[in-house]
Amino acid sequence: MPKPEAVAVSDTPESAPGPLDAARIEEYRGYLMRYALLQLRDRTAAEDAVQETLLAALQTGTRFAGRSSVKTWLTGILKHKIIDHLRRQLRELPLEGRPEQADAGEADVADAVFAEDGHWRDFPVDWNAPDRSFESGEFWKVFEMCVQVMSARPARVFVMREILELSTEEICKELGISATNCWVLLHRARLTLRECLDTKWFKT
Amino acid sequence: MVQDVKIIPTCKEASELLSYAQDRPLTLREKFALYVHLPICNACRNFRKQLAFLRQAAREYARRD
Repeated sequence: MPKPEAVAVSDTPESAPGPLDAARIEEYRGYLMRYALLQLRDRTAAEDAVQETLLAALQTGTRFAGRSSVKTWLTGILKHKIIDHLRRQLRELPLEGRPEQADAGEADVADAVFAEDGHWRDFPVDWNAPDRSFESGEFWKVFEMCVQVMSARPARVFVMREILELSTEEICKELGISATNCWVLLHRARLTLRECLDTKWFKT
Repeated sequence: MVQDVKIIPTCKEASELLSYAQDRPLTLREKFALYVHLPICNACRNFRKQLAFLRQAAREYARRD
C-alpha cells in the first residue's frame, strides 16, 4: 500500500506554520470523524481509525503551510486507515459466495425502480443545475443520510469508488470480489442514492 | 449484467450500461445500444446527468469542511 503523500511545505513564512501539535490536530477530529463514520458505519471503528490517524500525524511532526494542506494530508492518512479497517471487517464477512448476507432490499432495488417491461416506474426528471445544492448545509445532511440508509454492501463499494476514489480493480482486490459483482453493486448503490436524493431533496 | 442487449434496450438495461460506463469501457455492442436508446429516451438522458452529479457530489463531499 502506498504511503499517503505528505504535502509539507517548509518555506511559506506568511502562514506561520509551526509544528503540528496535539491541539492543532484536534481541530480536525470532527471533520475526520464524520468522514470515517460515513464509510465505516460503525462508531467504534470510526473512532479507532480517527485516533490512529491523529497519532500517526503527531508522530511525523511535519511542518505545514496552511489549513487546507493539513486537512488534505490528514484525510490521506485516514483513507488508508479506513481501507485497513474495511479489509479487516470484510475478512470476517466475505462479500462473495454468501448471497444470504445481502440485505433485504438490496437485490430488488432495480425491481422497485423499473416496471416489468423495463421502463422507469418514475421517470428521472432534470435536476436543473444540481451543483447549486453544494452550497447548502442541508443538502449535505440529506446526502449523508441517503448514504447511511443504503444497504451495507452497495454503500461500502460506492464509498470506496466515489468518495475514496479507488478504481474498481483496487476495490475488487481489497474486498476480494469479482469485477462483475463490483459493477452490479455500484449500479444498485447509484440507483438507490439517486432515488433518495430525488425524493428527499430535489423534489421537496 | 446485461446478458443479451436487444437492438433497442429497455430503460432498465440502458441504466445499467450508463452506470457501468462510469467504471469500465463499454463494448461496441453496449455503446451501440446506448446510441440507439438515448436519443429517444429523455428519462435515461436525465439519469446519465444524475450519475455524473452523484460522482461530483461524492468527491465534493470528501473535500468539504
